[in-house]
Amino acid sequence: MKYRAPTSIDEAVELLSAHPGAEVFAGATDLIPQIQGGRPEPSLVVDLKRIPETVRLEAENGFWRVGAAIPAAVLTAHEGLTAAFPGLVEGAGLIGSDQIQGRATLGGNLCNASPAADSVPPLVALGAEAIIVGRGGERSAQVSEVVIGPSATSLDQSEFITEFRIPAPSRGSSDAYERFIPRTEMDIAVVGAAARIRVDGDGRCEEAAVVLAAVAPTVVEVSAASGILEGRVIPHYSGRDAFWDELGEAVVACCNPIDDKRGTAEYRRKVAQVLARRTVVTAARRARETL
Amino acid sequence: MTTTRTGYKWVGTRPVRHDGLDKVTGRARFGADYATAGMLHGVVLRSPHVHARILSIDLTEAAAMPGVKAIITGADLPDIPDETGTGSEGGINFRDLSRNILARDKVLYEGHPVAAVAAVTLRAAQRAAEAIEVDYEILPAVLSLEEAMEDDAPVLHDDLFTLGLDSPPDRPSNISRRRVIARGDLDAGWEEADVVVEREYTTKAVHQGYIEPHAVVAETGEDGRSTLWCSSQGHFAMRTYTTKVLGWEPGDMKVIPAEIGGGFGGKTTIYLEPLAALLSRRAGRAVKMVMTRSEVFRATGPTSGSVMRIKMGARRDGKLVAATAWMAYEAGAFPGSPIGPGVMTVLACYDIPNVLIEGYDVVLNKPKVAAYRAPGAPMAAFAAESVVDELAEELGIDPIELRLRNAVTEGVRAVYGPKYRKIGFVETLEEARDHPHYSAPLGPWQGRGVASGYWFNFGGETTATVSINEDGTAVVMSGCPDIGGTRAALAQMAAEELGIDVHRIEPVVADTHSIGYNDMTGGSRVAFAVGIAVVDASRQLIDDMCARAALIWDVPREEVEWVDGRAQSVTGAAAPLTLEELASGSGATGGPLSATVTVNPRGAGAGFSTQICDVEVDPDTGLVTVLRYTVVQDAGRAIHPDYVEGQMQGGAVQGIGWALNEEYIFDRNGVMENPGFLDYRMPVASDLPMIDTVIVEVPNPDHPYGVRGVGETGIIPPMAAVANAVYAATGKRMQDLPMSPVRVLEALSGD
Amino acid sequence: MSRTHVTCVLNGDEIDFLCNDYQTLLSALRDELGMIGTKEGCGTGDCGACSVILDGQLVCSCLVFAPEVEGRRVETIEGLAEVDHLHPLQDSFLEGAAFQCGVCTPGFLMAAKALLDRNPSPTETEVRYGVAGNLCRCTGYDKIVRSILDAAARMSDPERQKEAT
Ligand SMILES: Cc1cc2nc3c(=O)[nH]c(=O)nc-3n(C[C@H](O)[C@H](O)[C@H](O)COP(=O)(O)OP(=O)(O)OC[C@H]3O[C@@H](n4cnc5c(N)ncnc54)[C@H](O)[C@@H]3O)c2cc1C
Ligand code: FES
Ligand code: FES
Repeated sequence: MKYRAPTSIDEAVELLSAHPGAEVFAGATDLIPQIQGGRPEPSLVVDLKRIPETVRLEAENGFWRVGAAIPAAVLTAHEGLTAAFPGLVEGAGLIGSDQIQGRATLGGNLCNASPAADSVPPLVALGAEAIIVGRGGERSAQVSEVVIGPSATSLDQSEFITEFRIPAPSRGSSDAYERFIPRTEMDIAVVGAAARIRVDGDGRCEEAAVVLAAVAPTVVEVSAASGILEGRVIPHYSGRDAFWDELGEAVVACCNPIDDKRGTAEYRRKVAQVLARRTVVTAARRARETL
Repeated sequence: MTTTRTGYKWVGTRPVRHDGLDKVTGRARFGADYATAGMLHGVVLRSPHVHARILSIDLTEAAAMPGVKAIITGADLPDIPDETGTGSEGGINFRDLSRNILARDKVLYEGHPVAAVAAVTLRAAQRAAEAIEVDYEILPAVLSLEEAMEDDAPVLHDDLFTLGLDSPPDRPSNISRRRVIARGDLDAGWEEADVVVEREYTTKAVHQGYIEPHAVVAETGEDGRSTLWCSSQGHFAMRTYTTKVLGWEPGDMKVIPAEIGGGFGGKTTIYLEPLAALLSRRAGRAVKMVMTRSEVFRATGPTSGSVMRIKMGARRDGKLVAATAWMAYEAGAFPGSPIGPGVMTVLACYDIPNVLIEGYDVVLNKPKVAAYRAPGAPMAAFAAESVVDELAEELGIDPIELRLRNAVTEGVRAVYGPKYRKIGFVETLEEARDHPHYSAPLGPWQGRGVASGYWFNFGGETTATVSINEDGTAVVMSGCPDIGGTRAALAQMAAEELGIDVHRIEPVVADTHSIGYNDMTGGSRVAFAVGIAVVDASRQLIDDMCARAALIWDVPREEVEWVDGRAQSVTGAAAPLTLEELASGSGATGGPLSATVTVNPRGAGAGFSTQICDVEVDPDTGLVTVLRYTVVQDAGRAIHPDYVEGQMQGGAVQGIGWALNEEYIFDRNGVMENPGFLDYRMPVASDLPMIDTVIVEVPNPDHPYGVRGVGETGIIPPMAAVANAVYAATGKRMQDLPMSPVRVLEALSGD
Repeated sequence: MSRTHVTCVLNGDEIDFLCNDYQTLLSALRDELGMIGTKEGCGTGDCGACSVILDGQLVCSCLVFAPEVEGRRVETIEGLAEVDHLHPLQDSFLEGAAFQCGVCTPGFLMAAKALLDRNPSPTETEVRYGVAGNLCRCTGYDKIVRSILDAAARMSDPERQKEAT
């Protein structure tokens, strides 16, 4: 296996085009454990971190551009980003330990294509777009379209993500992410849930997105959520409000979980409902606080 | 917190440990930190199947690969006879040991070694191992105790006939042994009981989880003599076992102990050592082997999974009058679960007149278990102490009070035979009862549990040498690896005796060629047994130095006494002679000052612990959070209280892990699904509160300072303490470990 | 196969080494440079024994390819102490008995250093999360957490700092 660290997009695309066995990486926090675990080594690894576009972080023209190869630790320390997308930063801040966050990136988290990736549900809930470069030039895709199954993406061999473009939050809009793990740290999500809520001047929900992790082969959006939550002032959860049951049912309808070493399908269905409620409440509270 | 003060200068204090500086600067050398120029790297080819016959092994391609210097398979080890030796934590069968190190005709678990390769680089060795072709005939696997014990279960070993049955069996089975302990008249006991509780409990295999993987460097010379650098809990045992498996002479092998990065019982046996030594012999070069974490999980000893049924009866006044226990422990691929200590300890805390305990050692297609901290006792205590808690509730008696009414005390005959000598169980219960923790208020979904535990502790064969340098400093030499601060404790005892500063003493762990035989560091024996030898050697030296002073002063020996590190004339006839003066002039008075003592002491002093646990349960997710935890334990005497507390805290946290999330998870085919720290969930710092400790000191009369072993007892009560707390919080009795969120939520939705 | 030449700043000194591209930083430190203070407990990012600080960021050296450190700053346990005195964390660990076997200690010290560099007076909870990527099987973490809190107090108290030097 050889290592190269190109300093431009063109150089990187060229390397990838010339080496069919090449693979990009950023933090290597998925790549190296997978190689240790017996997956064949790529013939060439292409380090994306020295390409300026992949480590840029700025807000412009109603969008945030977040480099795909920025380590989570940099994202969580960024005050502007945290204020704009507290849920996304929560997701990034839950990836592994401080050590892992010193390396792990949004690009890697997405392209590793695990249904349990913690930063992906918030990215999807936020309607983020991935900017993709490759032999065919630059294109963009909704984050929700990048992953097509466990360990499989829609990117071709010469392609990689340079950055994410995330619509800047409007007044009255915010997000949240929560996951469940048996320990407090160092675990892969048994279930995760992200919510983005926009409220009107009276604090009434105008738009909602709820996205779940680890309950299906890919991250899934609960498309019925917006209809259920619209027009409501979202209070703390109490069993009395019937719409929580509706939301719960909508969540369960989206779940297609498996029994595995991290939890049972039954358990995931139950806890997905709990987490969806919790993140909706948090996102709604945060949204009201922006008013 | 220490409850009693000592009148000592060093014993009971907290000096910085002698090996500390090396450990905070990265200079300490652990097993994998050794290297020699030109050494080869060795790897193990492991079985992908859980149960299969090896039909053939083809090494042709692998042997021809560049850089490959030696390959060995089971056929390269002598087929040694069925012979049992002793280890500090139970017997060891060398035939089984050999077959566990390298399979001969059958593989018995996924990860079972089939061949080993040495090559010039690790990569070359790995590639060559992949190129070895093994032809297997897959055999039906036995993956649970229930399956293994069925009459028509596939049998792992054709020659395994159950020992301990009333009439000898006529065919082989997977049950290697039955152990029975009985006393009194059970029928009469049940008759007398007003309340009876009977429950079944299960626990899963869990790993010791030491952070340092097994590692060894072996160098075998042209003359067949070899040197091993390795981290283990006992380099003498490593030598005995390794040479036995290889058919070599122990005297031809020197084992140099590395610093050991945790063992907890798991490094009391050998895995890589004979492979590296033999590969080195074949290749004529040194060979280094280091396990990956996945190998550590898949192929080194976890402790047993278990199934236990406990029944206990008590009178209204709380007196326990009858108990039965049926226990089956997984041994893994070869016989040797800790069922022995399991049956001995399960009811050992209580004075119960009528008892029947029955235990089974069962083989199945999982890695061979190894010792793990108080082997066999923690799961037994989980079951027994859960039943005691339930009885307390039914009787309406406070659980600590119920234990006090039945606690064993000095002179009571233990259920497994001997009478207890001086013990501190009642004191741990009283301290727990009076601790502010026990009466602190609790919130909703919070609960408190208590549980107790008992461990024998061990003495063992021991050699120690104390020598005085010419500048009056001293060297304390032992042959027991220091896992948790025993060097400091030994130096403190020597300092106390010799009357010199503890930091003028250098405690060292000597290799097999530099000191006499020592049993392993295990059974909580070092501060006790090596302590006795060090104190004895120090006293011999003092006697010798007094005699030399008498010689110098030309007075009778009786007129010299040792005070504060100096020989002093009782009559005041001469100015005192310091250690330094005596040492620097020792050439004129009979030669160097050094004393060696060998002992094999009994009376290690039984250890008891009582622990209090508060938990909070999230009713939505089943998550159990430990809010507060207190360990009360009898240490006899804490030589270095920091390290006694450390043992109590470490043991309790291992038990908390065992209680909540740790378990071997196997897929349908018996392949371990979680052979890494990400999914084998040991507690991390943020999972825990501070672990409060109360050291009770009921001195052990058989040790000069009253030491009892403290290393093991701490891990025994936690699972029951947590389960009892979960019950208090939720009203649900958790009878299966681990109490993972999935299980707890299931129990909560059971209404 | 030709090896890669890497130049970096290791504990303040510019150094260089040769490595294979597939080697990790952990392997380069231990096997190429003989710096055995950084430990390997898992090789997959789960135990923190291999923690080092790379360009100011705490990372697992087992999850960094060795050639990645070209031109970068690497801090390891070997660089924590000054010539004639220990880092306050090392003093606290020694005095607070924050280890038993000590194999986890270098990783904990590096993680704790990164934490205190970022947050000089953390709460107990912040300390616990700050070292949650480091496994210790011996101590139950109690004395480690106390020692880190103690070091933070020492470092922010000029009186005690003077004492130490
Ligand atoms: C101990 C530990 C704990 C972990 N805990 C969590 C956790 O709690 N939650 C969680 O979600 N994950 C967790 N992970 C997994 C991992 O850290 C994350 O998925 C991380 O975000 C991956 O990012 P990376 O940059 O390190 O990925 P890399 O390993 O560099 O890459 C991962 C994959 O993505 C591809 N890739 C990387 N960047 C790009 C790009 N820009 N464009 C196209 N393809 C790309 C690579 O080719 C590779 O296939 C953990 C890992 C470890 C070792
Ligand atoms: S060795 Fe790197 S985290 Fe365990
Ligand atoms: S002191 Fe042994 S692992 Fe931490």
